[in-house]
Parts: sequence; structure tokens; C-alpha cells
Amino acid sequence: MMMALLRRLGQTVFVLFGISALVFLVFFATPGADPTARIAGRNASPQTMEKVRQEYGFDRPLPVQYATMMKKLFITQDLASYVDRGELVVPEIARAAPVTVSLVCGAALIWVVLSIAMGTIAAAMKGTWVDRGLMMLGLIGISMPVFWLGQVANLITQSRYHDTWLFSWVPGLGYVPLTENPWGWFKALVIPWIVLAVMFIGIYSRVLRADLVALSGEDFMRTARAKGLSPTRILLRHGLRTSMVTFVSLFGLDFAQLVGGGALLTEVVFGLPGVGRLTYQALTNLDLPLIMATVMYSAVFVVLANAVVDILYLFLDPRVRDAR
Amino acid sequence: MPAETAPPMAAPLLDVRDLCVSFPSRGRMIPIVEHVSFTLGERDILGLVGESGSGKSVTAMALMGLIDSPGVQITGSALFRGQELVGLPQKQLRRLRGREIAMIFQDPMTAFTPVYTIGWQIDEQIRAHERLSRKQARARTVELLAEMGVPDPARTADRYPHQLSGGLRQRAMIAMALSCNPSLLIADEPTTALDVTVQAQILELIRSLRSTYGSSVLLITHDMGVVAETCDTTLVLYSGRVAETGPTDALFAHPGHPYTAALLASIPPLDGPRPHRLPAIAGAPPPPLERPAGCAFAPRCAYVHDTCLPAPPPPLVPTGYHPLTAQPDEASAHTSAAGTSPPPVQFAACVLPAEGTPLPARLTHSELSTKPNFDTPDQALPPPTSFSSGEAHQ
Repeated sequence: MMMALLRRLGQTVFVLFGISALVFLVFFATPGADPTARIAGRNASPQTMEKVRQEYGFDRPLPVQYATMMKKLFITQDLASYVDRGELVVPEIARAAPVTVSLVCGAALIWVVLSIAMGTIAAAMKGTWVDRGLMMLGLIGISMPVFWLGQVANLITQSRYHDTWLFSWVPGLGYVPLTENPWGWFKALVIPWIVLAVMFIGIYSRVLRADLVALSGEDFMRTARAKGLSPTRILLRHGLRTSMVTFVSLFGLDFAQLVGGGALLTEVVFGLPGVGRLTYQALTNLDLPLIMATVMYSAVFVVLANAVVDILYLFLDPRVRDAR
Repeated sequence: MPAETAPPMAAPLLDVRDLCVSFPSRGRMIPIVEHVSFTLGERDILGLVGESGSGKSVTAMALMGLIDSPGVQITGSALFRGQELVGLPQKQLRRLRGREIAMIFQDPMTAFTPVYTIGWQIDEQIRAHERLSRKQARARTVELLAEMGVPDPARTADRYPHQLSGGLRQRAMIAMALSCNPSLLIADEPTTALDVTVQAQILELIRSLRSTYGSSVLLITHDMGVVAETCDTTLVLYSGRVAETGPTDALFAHPGHPYTAALLASIPPLDGPRPHRLPAIAGAPPPPLERPAGCAFAPRCAYVHDTCLPAPPPPLVPTGYHPLTAQPDEASAHTSAAGTSPPPVQFAACVLPAEGTPLPARLTHSELSTKPNFDTPDQALPPPTSFSSGEAHQ
């Protein structure tokens, strides 16, 4: 078990190295484009160009350039954005990350709880109007684009019905840090959470229902029924528990890509200064250091989340435990 | 069934009468099991034999109330200790399942939930039916596993299904089935997924259950060898109908239905010269919807003639053979006292015995190999060649 964990960690480090090298090559070693000019920004003075060239070692071989970049990213953390007048990139991400994590964690909690409830109820009442109704709701949730839903939510809660008793509590767009004002944090985020969760509730409840229905034909479910267990117990302890293996792997991927910046649209619509919005800005300004940093950040999260999912797997599925 | 007389015992453990199961498909009802009747006494082992699709498993599932496909129609009666199982509400069935009637399944790998330990799953069944603490339940589990011949039962209980071999898994399955001391054990092809040596051990275990646990067993199999080794009584199903039923020795010695005879003839002989080809039954069983109006076996039968074809299918009639050891009258005289099996009478759903031209007793292997019995389609009956050589082999 310990060995398995260590090996998994080793793999994680290796994958991270690969990603960093790849991103570096894409942005800084593309033939025919001088990274110096790109980092320095449009209409930069020759002095700035020279300074950038010195700082990043663009006059030296590629491995050295890569090492310099990694050093600036992870060790000295003094990677600065020239486009944004010397703003340090790493602290910028460190400021944005808690916003994204707050947004995604809250949404994840909502979508996990609701989709498990919906999927299980639908599977238990397979073929009834409850099942059909829930699955229809899920489909509607999947079909609504998150930015549109966010705008509609804003329209309703911020302007049209803001003065009614129902939505007068909704604060203006923006983020309130948890450490400053927990209640304010919750109020600022509850609507973004729901908006972000809607699509995932739809997907997850449908996947879970399909999985549970497929499982109900399995031999072990028949055994469970032959044992004289109650239908609820069969569904939850045998069906749902087994479905969790699929559910967790799906969840790990979605969660990671959201924390890594995938919640961009929600962040932009609700004015939340998260990593997604930061990436979005970096891309529009072609701010190379920031792009490099956000991509690395997102890669770290995806890879780490995958490692966590794999470790969770060890606990969820005894068959995986022995296969390693 | 008209020919079958009332059971002589006060109340058999399980009395199935006219059980029919039909599944709806494209607006029509497809009869999978038609008018199956049998009785199973206390401590009896009844073998339900037939090929795939003959309705063996469906019969068992119907008894357990485990068929829940929408629109399924189950008629007839199945009295378990006088309680009607057909149409019993799920809630009451649940109380019987696992406690009074337990079931073991064909593939022990897929029959256990993969994410829980064997012990957990056995504990679960015990605790579903009896008020026991976790500890007490586990103690019983370990004890059961030990009795089923599982080495190091306490540790095995903590292992997951995939960590055990097929034989051990099936032993654990049997331990789970027996955990609440059921009076009836339904074993649905318990040895099919196992290799032959393990198969023998598991059959031995099942046979021993009646003395140690006093359980009756309904053994479902397609393997005549398993039946011969294990069962007191045999019921041969063909295409959802009973083809023949009787005490195993009698049925093996004097098959009354051409289907049974052909099945037995297709077993490779253990002695005598090696046959050039084993006799096979030509064709395949009819799909349920295209079942002939008369005898379902008629299209493949070597003895088919005009009386076989019109509806209704031939009823079960006594074949006329009685094992030499127990004459029926004598047997019924002392069964009521001893409480063992009903009088050994053999019935076949075939017109031949009624027409006074029953099948001959089985040929010995050497004769079979030289003179196959089923390659003369139009001949009504070969003369009874070796009448006395009816030993149940294997």
C-alpha cells in the first residue's frame, strides 16, 4: 500500500515535469517567434528587450532557458509580467487560487449531493414519472450554457427582482474572502455555486442512474435480493457503493479541471477574480509569463487530482488494491 | 398434471403445481415455463435437468420471487410448507428469502459484491434475519466457513471475493446460503463454473448438507453426471415442459422419455471401446413461441409418430418401470412412518408408455458404441435388447 502510494507520487512528479517542458517549448521555443518581444509586450524599448533577454537567458541554450523559467516560477518566484508593469505572477495566482477553490468546492458539494440523490431516486423508481421527470431536469441542466444561466441569474437577482424580499440579500458581484467575513463569503458565492453546479448535476445524475440500472442486472445484485435484504439496502449498500467507483473517477477529472481554471465562464460572469479569469486576461494580453504560470498551476491541479482519485480508488475498489 | 397422484406424505416441503411463467415480448406473452409440477420432501435432493433455455433457472427464480421484469405472468401454485409462494407480496417473500429458502448461483465470482469482504457479506445476511451483534454474526460466519471446509476461516472472512479461488468462493457462497439454516437450498448450476476436482468437492459438500443441516436441495444443472452423483429424484425439463421425472436410479436405468434416453446416450462411456462418434440429438430446442402443439421434442425425436403431433402435449404418465429394490406399494407403506422420499414412481411426458411400447432399458456402453440407438428415425421401436443391464452408471 505504502509502496503503491510512493510509486504514484513518483509518477506525478514525472508527469508534471513533462507538462512543464511541453508548455515551455510551446510558448518559448516556437520557431520563428522571438519570445523576448512577446514577453516585453508591444512597442517595448530596446533597453527593455535587452533586460528581458538577460533575465530569461534567451541568448543561452534551451535547457538553460527552461531551468531559468522553472527557477523563476518555483524557487525565486519572481516571474514578473511586463505587460502588466512588473506585476509578480506567482503571488497573483496565489491570490486568485482561493477564489477559484471556494467557488469550485462549494459547487462540487452541491452537485455531488444533488446528483447522487437524483440519480439514486431515479434508479429506484425506474420507469415511473418521477424517473422521467428527474432525468428531463438533468437534461435541461446539461443543455443550459453556464454563461447564459449566470447572466439570467444575475439579471434576476441583481436587477429585476433584487428589491423583492426573495433576493434583497444578494450582494453585488464580486468576492468576499472567507477569512474576512464568512457569511459574506457564503452570500457572494451561493448563486455562482448553484449556477456552476447545474450542468454537473445533470451529467452526474444521468450517469449514476444509468450505472445503477445497469448494475441492477448484475449477479451480485440478484444475490443481494436472494439474501432477503430490503430494496433500499440493496440499492444503497450494494448498488450505489459499487457505482461510486465510476462516480469518483468522473468527479476527479471534472473537479481538477475546474480548479485548474475551467470555471472561467462562471468567474467572468460573476466577477470573481479567480484563476480562470486570470488565464483569460493573460491570453487576451498575450502575457507569456502569466500564461506559463497559470498553465503550470492548472496542470499541477489536474495531475494532483488524478493522483488523489487513484488513491481514493485504492480505498473504494479492493480489486485495484491488489492489482498494483 | 392428470397422471400424478396426490402426494402421499402429509405435506412435502415444497409442492409445485402447474407452474407457468410467461414473459411479455412485442405484445405477446412468451411461455418460458409451462405446467411444471414437482414435490420436494424434507432432506430430499431434487435435480432439475435441462439444456440452456429449458426454463430451469426461471423456475427457480419464480420460486424465489426474484423475477421482476415488468409484465411477467406467473401462474400455478408453489406451496412451501403450506404457504403459497406464487403471488406472495415482496415483503413477506423477503422474510423467506435467505432465511427459509436460500440460493446459490452459478458463477461465484460475479455473485459476490466485489467491494465487500466475504465475511461482511455473510454477516449481512445473518443480521438481515436475526438480531445479532456484529461480533456474534462474525463468529457464526467464521464457524460456517470452517464447516464448509474453508481453510483459515477467520482470515478468509476478511478477504475480498476476487482474492479467493473459484472453489473457495463457492464454499463461501454455500456458507452464506446456509447462514440462517434454510430448509430449502436452491442451487443454480453450482458447479458449472468450477473445474472438475473442485466440482466433486462442492457436490460432496452439497450432499452432506442434508445430514448436517437437514436441508432439502433443489439442484439445477445441465450435467447428467452431477445429477447421477447427487440427486435422489430427477426432473428433466425440455423446452419449458417436464419431459420426465422419477427417482434418479430408475430414470438413469430406464429412461422413459426419448429425450432423457438421448441425453444419457450422449455421455461419453468410461469403459468399453471408444465410440467412433457419440450419439447426438440432431437439431436444437424450439424457441418458446414456435413450440410444437404436441410433444415439444417431436421434431427431434427418433420415435416420433402421428400421435405425438396434435395438441395437447402428452401428459405425464407412469413409465411402468419400478426399481427392483422398492416396489411403489411397499414404499408408500413405510414412507409415512420414516418420513423419507415419496414412493419412487417414474413419469414421462411421452405417448410411448401409454401405447404399451415403452423405451427399452439403457444399453450398456459397449452395445451403445456398436449400435447407436437413435439413428433409425422411422422405426417406432427397436426391440428391447438388454433389459436387465439397467445399472445407473457414474
